[in-house]
Amino acid sequence: MIVLTILAGVAGLLAAAWAFRAIGRAAAGGRPRFRDMSFGEAFGWVFAAAALAFGVWLYLQEGAVFFRWAVQGFVIFSVAAWVFRTLGRHVGTEATRKLFRQMPLTAAFGILVILIYAVVAIFAGVIAPYGQEQVLANANVVAGGNPALGGDPAFPLGTDQIGRDILSRLIYGAQNTVGIAFATTCLAFALGGTFGFLAATLGGWLDQVLSRFVDVLMAIPSLIFALLLMTIASVWANQLGVPLTVFMVVIIAVIDSTRVYRLARAVAGNIVVMDYIEAAKLRGEGLGYLIFKEILPNATAPLLAEFGLRFCFVFLTIASLSFLGVGIQPPAADWGTMVRDLAQFINYAQFAPQAAITPLLAAGAIALLTVAVNFVVDWMLFRSSGLKE
Amino acid sequence: MGSVGKIILQRLALGLLTLLVVSIVIFTAVNMLPGDFAEAILGQGATPEAVAAIRRDLGLDQNPVMRYFDWLGGVLRGDLGTSFAQLNFQANMGATSLQTVASQIAPRFSNTMFLAGVTAAIAVPVSLALGILAALYRNSAFDKGANIFTLSSISSPEFFLAYVLILFLAVLNPILPSLSNIYEGMGFAERLERTLLPALTLTLVVTAHMMRMTRAAIIQLLASPYIEMARLKGISPMRVIVRHALPNALAPIVNVIALNLAYLITGVVVVEVVFVYPGIGQLFVDAVKIRDIPMVQACCLIFATAYILLNLTADILSIVSNPRLRHPK
Repeated sequence: MIVLTILAGVAGLLAAAWAFRAIGRAAAGGRPRFRDMSFGEAFGWVFAAAALAFGVWLYLQEGAVFFRWAVQGFVIFSVAAWVFRTLGRHVGTEATRKLFRQMPLTAAFGILVILIYAVVAIFAGVIAPYGQEQVLANANVVAGGNPALGGDPAFPLGTDQIGRDILSRLIYGAQNTVGIAFATTCLAFALGGTFGFLAATLGGWLDQVLSRFVDVLMAIPSLIFALLLMTIASVWANQLGVPLTVFMVVIIAVIDSTRVYRLARAVAGNIVVMDYIEAAKLRGEGLGYLIFKEILPNATAPLLAEFGLRFCFVFLTIASLSFLGVGIQPPAADWGTMVRDLAQFINYAQFAPQAAITPLLAAGAIALLTVAVNFVVDWMLFRSSGLKE
Repeated sequence: MGSVGKIILQRLALGLLTLLVVSIVIFTAVNMLPGDFAEAILGQGATPEAVAAIRRDLGLDQNPVMRYFDWLGGVLRGDLGTSFAQLNFQANMGATSLQTVASQIAPRFSNTMFLAGVTAAIAVPVSLALGILAALYRNSAFDKGANIFTLSSISSPEFFLAYVLILFLAVLNPILPSLSNIYEGMGFAERLERTLLPALTLTLVVTAHMMRMTRAAIIQLLASPYIEMARLKGISPMRVIVRHALPNALAPIVNVIALNLAYLITGVVVVEVVFVYPGIGQLFVDAVKIRDIPMVQACCLIFATAYILLNLTADILSIVSNPRLRHPK
């Protein structure tokens, strides 16, 4: 039945596209706009028009609360990104203004979101109305703050199963989840970057040993390997009394440093053969000088882009581990754990849309940051490669 | 042809070697556990006799190298040992018949393969078609829209996509079931229906990368002289891409498809947990939570094997489809 409807819809669109082009040709005479229009382009126009009409229709439907929220959120963020970019074009030094002038809207959006997250993470203690572990009076208060629907104005996003304020936990989640992911990425870069540069500069047996070791670690899918090591770490954590989160940071940093190592070694390998390195060597400079003063400054651009991408992967891995229940441990607020704990609220979406929004907010917070970082990295890569196609 | 066979054989041998080393890594990692399994199985209040009995059963009194070869031999014979949960059950309840890890994994494994198969059947054609369209209408509104959409879906966590799909396709509009309740002897249609939502989630995850790669591979070729020639002959843009550019772009595309199927293996863990899909990922996470070492070891080995095999396939396919790699200088 559904299949038939879809097929009929597609056939209708195809016919409409043909008619659109034919009518255009008849009305516009011999103008190349319609005369040379391919059927695919006509179909694209008609499809876009149909999608727009469907979107407007859906937006006006009474029950489509989530769609309306999504559209509103999208519009708000687009406008905010546009305002931010316009602001950046008029304020600041000549260099930053030039940067903002060349910036696509997606990159402005990404930078804006990253800034907001940084502010929220740093000032979480000031912004959050309650403590992250504070158990308040009522459990399972519905979001929305309307007492008639089981809400409470004091808790705009409601409380969770044991009565902690969800808004405060979301804000502290920025500090915990993003902070831990950032620390892990830094550690991964320190490890992978150091060994990668060393392997490229020294070469020989050190390079061989490190590279083969990394090959082996990379042959195991990272999430699976992380889960295996976390199983073992959880036993150690119990015995030693060290928080499991510390183990998680080290494990993920080591696993991800293999990818950093590959890149750092490849980039440094291209730099080491340059004449200025040879000159520095002949001058009698030490290894430290070579790595920090000669190689590192020339390897910043690709490493910076990799840092953004690596942060996304680390962040998603930590979120997935926490979601599976073996990552950041409660009672610390963390988005992955929150999604898992609040997931059942989704089933009430038909009766109380505001109740179902809470797990999606936690998951959306993760998605938003990774999307933002990806947009910025995409733009950085585009700028540094100079690709115009 | 002889050189191709030789290269493929070399790659196969390398793959086998990698597998062997990976098995050593997994075994070593597990043996870094403090204390030993026997205490872990029986818990704190176990009698010394029971601990000694289990230790003998598991061969823990032998040295690690011997145990590794024992374990490896077992794996090669299809004997992955017995899970702690089962041993514990036997030790405390006195059950006689034990389910081995292999017999627990086998049905789950076929379920996961089914899920991966359905995902691939949807994702590969869709991403190829979208990639070709994006290359055809490059820098148009469609291309930019597809770029933003794929970048967003590639960078969202799997569980976010899963819950959004559940919200729209299962809760608000009850089209598909939100829980993948699959059991043996189920009809194919029903099984497909219950697999569809997790498969759609995974499709969203892997499509983006494959599509971007298809687009990039085709666009890279469009600047070459023979494409220019085809254009000058007056062939339609669609035909230029499908007949002239696509065959040469196939090698990187096939490579990326295989790599993404390998990526599916990690994605499958989270998605199976969200949808309570009875696959091997779900089993793995449950085993991790109760620290069921033999089960964790076995699942890890299976995931790693699948990952290595798919990477190997990607490698071999790209050699076979590229004449320049087939005849290395």
